[in-house]
Amino acid sequence: MLNVTNILIILFLPFINFLILGLGSRSIKQPVSGTIATVSLLLAAGLSLMIGYQYFIVKGMVNGAFPPIELFRYPWMVFGSKLTIDMSLVLDPLTVMMLVVVTSVSAMVHLFSLGYMKGEERYTTYYAFLGLFTFSMLGLLLAGNLFQIYIFWELVGVSSFLLIGYYFSKPSAVAAAKKAFIVTRFADLGFLIGILILSFYGETLDIATLIQRLTAPAGSQSLAIQTAGWLGISALTWGLAMIFIGGAGKSAMFPLHIWLPDAMEGPTPVSALIHAATMVVAGVYLVARLFPIFQLSACILDLITYTGIFSAFFAAIIACTQTDIKRVLAYSTMSQIGYMMFSLGIARPEDHYLGYMASLFHLFTHAFFKSLLFLGAGAVIHMIHSNEMNKMGGLRKFMPVTHITFLIACLAIAGIFPFAGFFSKEEILLATYHANFPVFVIALCTSGLTAFYMFRLYFSIFWGKHQAHDPHHSEGTFTMKFPLMLLMLCTLVAGFLPFSSWIFQGDTHETSHINWKFSLVPLSLSTLGILIAAYFFRKPSSRVADTLMWMGGIYRISKNKFYIDEIYLWITQRVLFPLVGKPAAWVDKNIIDGTVNGVGNFVGSIYYFIRGMQSGKLQDYLLYFLAGIAAWMVYFIYIWK
Amino acid sequence: MMPASAIFFYVIAAAILVTAILSVTTRRIFRAAIWLLLSLMGIAGIYFWLDMNFLAAVQIVVYVGGIVVLIIFSVFLTQGSGQSLPLPAKFRLFFSAVAVSLGLAFTIWILQGYGFLATAPEVPAVEMREIGKTMLSVQSGGYALPFELVSILLLAAMVACIAIAMKIPADKKND
Amino acid sequence: MSHIPLQHVLIFSTALFFIGMFGMFTRRNLITLLMSVELMLNSVNINLAAFNKYLYPQQTGGLFLALFIIIIAAAEAAIAIAIIINLYRSHHSIDVDDATEMKY
Repeated sequence: MLNVTNILIILFLPFINFLILGLGSRSIKQPVSGTIATVSLLLAAGLSLMIGYQYFIVKGMVNGAFPPIELFRYPWMVFGSKLTIDMSLVLDPLTVMMLVVVTSVSAMVHLFSLGYMKGEERYTTYYAFLGLFTFSMLGLLLAGNLFQIYIFWELVGVSSFLLIGYYFSKPSAVAAAKKAFIVTRFADLGFLIGILILSFYGETLDIATLIQRLTAPAGSQSLAIQTAGWLGISALTWGLAMIFIGGAGKSAMFPLHIWLPDAMEGPTPVSALIHAATMVVAGVYLVARLFPIFQLSACILDLITYTGIFSAFFAAIIACTQTDIKRVLAYSTMSQIGYMMFSLGIARPEDHYLGYMASLFHLFTHAFFKSLLFLGAGAVIHMIHSNEMNKMGGLRKFMPVTHITFLIACLAIAGIFPFAGFFSKEEILLATYHANFPVFVIALCTSGLTAFYMFRLYFSIFWGKHQAHDPHHSEGTFTMKFPLMLLMLCTLVAGFLPFSSWIFQGDTHETSHINWKFSLVPLSLSTLGILIAAYFFRKPSSRVADTLMWMGGIYRISKNKFYIDEIYLWITQRVLFPLVGKPAAWVDKNIIDGTVNGVGNFVGSIYYFIRGMQSGKLQDYLLYFLAGIAAWMVYFIYIWK
Repeated sequence: MMPASAIFFYVIAAAILVTAILSVTTRRIFRAAIWLLLSLMGIAGIYFWLDMNFLAAVQIVVYVGGIVVLIIFSVFLTQGSGQSLPLPAKFRLFFSAVAVSLGLAFTIWILQGYGFLATAPEVPAVEMREIGKTMLSVQSGGYALPFELVSILLLAAMVACIAIAMKIPADKKND
Repeated sequence: MSHIPLQHVLIFSTALFFIGMFGMFTRRNLITLLMSVELMLNSVNINLAAFNKYLYPQQTGGLFLALFIIIIAAAEAAIAIAIIINLYRSHHSIDVDDATEMKY
C-alpha cells in the first residue's frame, strides 16, 4: 500500500485533470469536465485516507516513532561532488497528515463546485486550475528537498493567482490577483535567499540530510553556519529569518497579510480550498518541516511567536468590523494561522514540544471547519448573490442544512466542546500557558474575540430581520449540501482522533489530555463572546448603532483594517516609486534601452544606406561598378605584389 | 619634320577624339549616331595605319555597316529624329567631367611611368591566309574552339533578340 | 608607325575610353548609352591591336582578341537594342530614369 505507485497516482491524478481539462477547455462540456475532476479527486482522497490508515495504524510506530519512508529518489541535477539536487518523494507523519487534509478538502471543494460553478462560462478551465493547484500543493507536501519545495511553492502561487483572477473581467479581481502574486512573490524572494543560505552551509538541499547536519552539535556544517554571520547575526539566524519571511508571505502573517482579504475576489470554493485550508498553511507546514533547524535559534522562535500572536489578535479585531462575509472569514483564517504560528514558536523540549503538536493539530482541524465555513458562505452567496452582511438575515428557514453545518463550524472555531476546534485550541493554550504567559493572555482574548466575530457573522446571516431575496434561488443542489455534511462530520470527529500520538516532535510525546479545570477559562470566554454576539445581532435593534457611536474612532480604524493597505500604498507610491522606481526606470530607459536602441538604429541606418544604393538607376550602378574597378586597379598597381 | 605616317596618326586620332566627344555630347540623337559612325570609321583608319587590314575590314563591315545601322534603326523606331535630348543636370555634368579628367590624368601618369618592352622591329603584316588558317586551326595556338563558341553565341543572341523584341499578341498580354 | 611611341597610342585609346565613360555618366537615353559602350569597347580594341603590333608583331593573339570582341560587341548591341525596343513598348520611353522598378 505504501508504495510509490499509489503516491504517484495521488500526485498525478490532479495533474492529469489539469492537462486534459486545460487542453480541452473548449471542447469538454460542462457536466463532463466537473465530473471527471471530482471523481478523480474523490479517488485520490480515498487513496490518501488508505495511506494514512496504513501509515499510522497498520504499520505503526517503530521504536516509538514513525519512520519517514523515502519512496523515490533520483539524481536530478548533478553540479559537482558538493551540489547535487535529487528528486525525491518522502512520506513522514506530517506529510501523510497534510496529504489527507489536502486531498479530502480538495475533493469536497470539487464536489461543491459542481453546483456552485454551474453555468459559468469558463467552467472547465476552473476545474483545470483546481487540478493544477491540487497537484502543486501535493508536490509541495511530498517534496524531499528544499529546491523541489521551492518549485512547488511557486507553482502553488501561480495557481492561486490564476484562481483569484478567475473573474478576470472584474477589475477588482485582477487587482487582487496581482496583489496576491506580488506580495507572496516578494516574500518568496526571502524564502529563496533562506534556502540558499541554509544549503550553502549545509552543503545539501535534501531536508533530512540538512536537518541531520545542522543539528549535529559538533558537526563542521553546523559550526560553520553558527559562526559565520553578518551584522552580528549568525548565518543560521539570517537563513531561518528569510525562510520565515517566505512562510509568512504565504501564510498571510502581519505585515504581509494584505493580499489575503483581497484574494476573496476568487470564487468562494477556491477561497475554501486555497485561502483557508491548504495553501495559506504552507508557511506553517514549512516551519514545522524545518522545525529542528528553527529550534536552534531562539530569537527566530521568538520572532515566530510574536508575529503569530500579533497577527492572530490584529486579524481578530479587524474581523469584528468587516461586513463582507468572506472578508470576515479571511481575517479569521489569518487569526487562526497566527495561532498555529505562535504555537510553533513556543514549542520547547521541556514540555515535549506540545506546541508543535498543538499547532499541527489546529492546522488539521482548522482545515475542516474553515473550509466548511467557506463552503457554507459560498452556499449563502450562491443564494443571495451578494457578499454583504446587511443583504442577508433570517436565512435559517430557507437553508436548513447550511444553517446547521455553519453553526457547528462556528462552534468549532469558537472552541466549544465537543467540536474539533476545542481540542486543538485547548492544546495550544495549554502549551502557551506553560511557555509564555503574556502570549497566553493575548491568545485567550483572541479566542473570545473569535467567538464574538464568528457568531456576529452567524447571527447576521441566519437570524435577524429577513431580507427579501429572489424566491427562485434555493439552497442548492445535493452536490452542494453533501460536502457540507461530510465536512461537518469531520469537524465532529476530528477532535477525538489520537492526533498527539501521531504527530510529535522529539523522542517522547504526551497523550492528549483534557484538563477541565484549565479549560474552564477559555470555554467561558468563548461562551461570553457568543452571548455578546447574540445580544447584539440576534434580533435587529439599535444596540449595534449605539455601541458604535460609543466606540467611535476605534471602530473606524478597525473597519479600515488599521490603514495597513494605505500605509503600503503610501510607501510604494511616495517612497518606492519616486526614490527607487524612477531612477531605475530612467537608467532602464536611457542607458539600457538607449544602448539596445542605439545598436538597432545603427543597424537600421546601415540598412537605409544600403537600401538607398539600390536606387534602380542604371548610372548609379555603373558608378559603383567603376568605383569598384578603380579600387581594384589601385590595389593591383600599388599594393599587390 | 615628322614623317607622313606620324602626321596621319595624330590627325586621325584627333579626329576620332573630336567626333567621339561630339557623339557623347550632342543633344540630337541622330547626329550622335552619325558622329559615332565617323569615329568608328576613324578607328578603322587606325587599324589600317597599324597595318592590320583584316581587322580594319571587319571594323568597317561589322561596326560601321552593322552596329551603327542597327542603332540608327532603333533611333528611328523609338525617337523622332529631330527631337533634342534633355540636357543632363549641371551637377552631374560637372562631376562626371571632373571624375573622367582625374581618371584620365591618373592613367596617363601611370602610362608615363611604366617601362614597356622595347618596340620590336617591324615585320610584314600577317597575311589573310595565315589569319584564316589560325582561326580554324585545331592545333596549339589555333582558334577553332573560340570560333565555334562565338558562333553559338551569335546564334543564341539572334534567337534572344527575336524572343525579346517579338510583339506579344494582345490576347496573351495579360497572362 | 615606328615614329610614334607606344605610349601615345595608349594615351589616345585611354582618352577615347574616358570619353565613353563620360557619355555613360551623363547620358540618360539608352541608345546613347549604348553608343558610349561601343566607344569604350573600341578603345580596348585599339589597345589590343597596338600591343600586338608593337610588342609581338609575329604573333596574332591581339588581333584575334580584337576580332572576337567585335563579334561579341555585335551580339551585345543586337540584344541591347532588342531590350530597348521592348522597354520602349512597355514604358513609352527609353530614359534610364524612367525604368527604376527594380530598386530596393
